[in-house]
Amino acid sequence: MSGIGLNAYLFVAGLLFALGFFGVLLRRNTLVIYMCMELMLNAVNLALVAFSRFNRTMDGNIFVFFIITVAAAEVAVGLAIIVALYRKRRTVQVEELNALSN
Amino acid sequence: MQDFFFYLFSALTVLSAFLVVVSPNAVNSAVFMIVSFVGTAAMFLLLDAFFLAILQVLVYAGAVMVLFLFIIMLLDVERSSKVRPDVLTVAASSVATLLLIFGMVYLFLTGNDASGPALAAVPEVPGGASPMEFATAARSFGYGLFTKYMLPFQVAGFLLLVAMIGVIVLSKRTAGTRAGAPDASEIRESEVRES
Repeated sequence: MSGIGLNAYLFVAGLLFALGFFGVLLRRNTLVIYMCMELMLNAVNLALVAFSRFNRTMDGNIFVFFIITVAAAEVAVGLAIIVALYRKRRTVQVEELNALSN
Repeated sequence: MQDFFFYLFSALTVLSAFLVVVSPNAVNSAVFMIVSFVGTAAMFLLLDAFFLAILQVLVYAGAVMVLFLFIIMLLDVERSSKVRPDVLTVAASSVATLLLIFGMVYLFLTGNDASGPALAAVPEVPGGASPMEFATAARSFGYGLFTKYMLPFQVAGFLLLVAMIGVIVLSKRTAGTRAGAPDASEIRESEVRES
């Protein structure tokens, strides 16, 4: 078998999570912030699959299935909100979206 | 050989995730995101989760990123995204991320088992001692989904229904929308009139 253990996968997942975190803090475009949130969800998925494989149970894999389902629903609703906001304000930049009402 | 593929795909995933964050163009970000998702799917393959790898490519790299690209191109965000983040934002977010990575590396170096054992081989036949034991077949996936996780499975289906209704309600054109900012077709008409 290979010499790659659980820790290597967890390290990659942690790096991916940190990059998503960096993007959420750095970017000003709501769509890119949203994509970086997806990146963090993806990092958690990778860690869960690695744990599931390490513990030899299917539970982690099934959790990832649910995360993918919820993320798909979340993307649909979130993008609809962004489109509705864009119709109202003509912008997707967060520094111009600083008030909840007109 | 498996080690080589692990390094290859983890480098691909992390590098393209970094490019998602730093590329100034939102369309480029979305395309790098697809590469990152495919790299993660390849790592799922290395972890013997074949069903999830397929699901990752179909749902994330396929459906979700098509939706993202469609919205990016529909909203024409390139016109308004020319503004660069200021120095303070870049510095603060870089410091926060470096602190996060530092803490993670510290945790890995000082943990109980810093090297970590290699992952054990997976049995070919699904369900050895118990049916919930890890197996590569999609059959064991379905077994867990319809026994132990039956209620969450149904709740997930209901959630998808609620999300669908919510999206329809949100994207419905209300009377308030027309009163505020001009509609896209109105802008186009006024541009035509001016030219």
